[in-house]
Amino acid sequence: MCPMIFNGRTNMRENTSENSGNKLVVEAMQGDVDRLLDTSVLTTVADKFIGWGRKNSLWPLPFGTACCGIEFMSVVGPRYDLARFGAEVVRFSPRQSDLLIVAGTITEKMGPVLKLIYDQMLDPKWVLSMGACASSGGFYRSYHVMQGADKVVPVDVYVPGCPPTPEAVIDGVMKIQELIMSGKKRPRA
Amino acid sequence: MNDVQKNIQDEMSQTFNGAIGFSESFGDWVGEFPKEKNVAILNHLKNHHHFDFMMDLCGVDYPTRGKRFDVVYHLYAPTTKARIRLKTQVGENETIDSAVGVWKGANWFEREAFDLFGVKFNGHPNLRKILTHQEFIGHPLRKDYDANRQQAATKVEDMWFEPDPDYKEDPNKNLVPINIGPSHPATHGTLRVMAQLDGEIIDRCNVEIGYLHRCFEKMAETHLFNQIIPYTDRLNYCSAPMNNVGFCKMVERMMGVTIPPKAIAMRIVLAELSRVIDHLVCIGTNAVDLGALTVFWHIFEQRERVYTLFEKLCGARLTVALTRIGGMAYDNPPGWEKECLTTITGIKKAVEELDSLLTGNKIFIGRTQGVGKISQEDAIAYGYTGPCLRATGVNLDLRKAEPYYGYEQLDFDVPIGTEGDTYDRYLVRMEEMRQSLKIAEQICKNMPSGDFTIRDKDIVLPDKKDVWGNIEGLMNHFMLVIKGVRPPVGEIYDYTEAANGELGFYLVSDGGPKPYRLKVRPPCFAIYQSFPSMMKGAYVADVIAALGSLNIVAGELDR
Repeated sequence: MCPMIFNGRTNMRENTSENSGNKLVVEAMQGDVDRLLDTSVLTTVADKFIGWGRKNSLWPLPFGTACCGIEFMSVVGPRYDLARFGAEVVRFSPRQSDLLIVAGTITEKMGPVLKLIYDQMLDPKWVLSMGACASSGGFYRSYHVMQGADKVVPVDVYVPGCPPTPEAVIDGVMKIQELIMSGKKRPRA
Repeated sequence: MNDVQKNIQDEMSQTFNGAIGFSESFGDWVGEFPKEKNVAILNHLKNHHHFDFMMDLCGVDYPTRGKRFDVVYHLYAPTTKARIRLKTQVGENETIDSAVGVWKGANWFEREAFDLFGVKFNGHPNLRKILTHQEFIGHPLRKDYDANRQQAATKVEDMWFEPDPDYKEDPNKNLVPINIGPSHPATHGTLRVMAQLDGEIIDRCNVEIGYLHRCFEKMAETHLFNQIIPYTDRLNYCSAPMNNVGFCKMVERMMGVTIPPKAIAMRIVLAELSRVIDHLVCIGTNAVDLGALTVFWHIFEQRERVYTLFEKLCGARLTVALTRIGGMAYDNPPGWEKECLTTITGIKKAVEELDSLLTGNKIFIGRTQGVGKISQEDAIAYGYTGPCLRATGVNLDLRKAEPYYGYEQLDFDVPIGTEGDTYDRYLVRMEEMRQSLKIAEQICKNMPSGDFTIRDKDIVLPDKKDVWGNIEGLMNHFMLVIKGVRPPVGEIYDYTEAANGELGFYLVSDGGPKPYRLKVRPPCFAIYQSFPSMMKGAYVADVIAALGSLNIVAGELDR
């Protein structure tokens, strides 16, 4: 945790008392400042503030490979509208996004591609695995399907379903938001 | 056997001195011949008997037999409406002559048979793996390959191009390699296009597939027939019910089951609604790629409405598994038809709005007319079916050509194009949506009453109230779950007109509860292989426009 940056109350008082050129003015100002601090300034820690900003401005990269990709379109589409959670700016460039949504089956052939894309994303980054296939291989227990995207990238939130309903995906995104806000270590690093 | 088949059979027996043994299997016409004659026979059928289409080519493995593999061709003659299945046996260390010289479309099908079975084709221009990754060892569809043995890939595949003896790299050109996909917004899924650019012009390009090879066919061999239905959902996931219908229709024909009128009506409604949403996704995403985002937001709402209808039938939105062998999975809730009619009216309006947004739009016309053009001859040679074929002006729609489920009694038209370019494909899809809505409307207005499934205890599970309520129901349920649905021994190929074209299922049954071999004939597979030649000399921006209009769905392409 970094030191409080909005803990201006003490700092401001110290500064003003040192500068004792015009005591009357300073006292009058102090009253104003106190009132201002009480009503319109929030005191918090930097991480919390940054986390709050991050959680409400996620830029997802939809790594849509299969059916879940189609359902993800519904998630960002007009009825479910992921924009309400600040995550509508879908970016296909890994360098511009901070939430990787693995939507769909990852095959063995696709594995190295997924890894490459994850590595290209800048920190901080989160991964949401959408659907049974991305989470565990789903009902494809077969020779060319990777048994879960977590074999190559660390996953923060798993959303079950085949495909999950858009509500479930939104719930997953909210779980990611909680994770960002809490500043906790990801389940698997 | 009809007269056409008899004439061909007599003529063929004479020409090839009885080398072909003809037979019939569940109404399919079958010819078997020694592998040395394959190209001569295929050529003869194509040139003398109008078998213009090679619909499918696949392998079948019989490990205990002397000559281990069957190579199976499915041909179709649209003028005489004749279909024939040709089979020939190939040993493990033998080769068979390639059919690429006869049909260009054989190229990828042969590569697939090589990849999955290890059948070697003599004279194939580039026999390399197509679905599995390049580090994969073995041939997974052979019976001795364990379905659950994964092999990891360590690196992303390098760019490569088809070997072309005529191609010479011009040293004066500054060629820039460019790779699009497999994770790219404009490829919708897992397609990968590799190109060399001369400025903005494509000097040559190639495609790599298999990034979504989920082993449908191996999974089918390890599951009971009714368990395969959810897997079929995930073939073309934009229109899942159509795959259910195609698969169940095939098994039903093999078992000689006639489904009740209500089930047929429901299947038609579901299939036509799926066709509409499939086309909507295709047009919507295609327009997004060209910069028209409004269309996407606007028409996705219509799709949601259809999903709501599906949800009311079964609880699922996208992957519905709505049919069962013998009928439907559930009866429709009261008032469903009425709601369906309301939705249809809404979509009709939306289609007209879509029409006003795009059809006359100068930018859209500029980006699509004359782009991604393919001639009739090429389309047929590659095995195009569905809207992409009709856009070139070929009037072939299986719902009219070989009607099933009483499509002949319904009032609808088949739109065809003239140019075979991206714009025509768009126009054909637009009109097809209108026609599909018309069909669904006709059925919904006259929904037959009666049962939604047959009641044969060896095929259909009893109602839950019987399972829990009486001993007979419990017994029947137990027996069917343990025994599974068992089609008779034999082979069958059956087809329906899916959103992208002919969706065929070829089943080899050994009388057991699981298929011995199930091959899907995916319409996009044949279409996509023409992409490199279609794009040669085009602008790189046109790749995006043309790719979107072909509607390649990776689940169906890679299976």
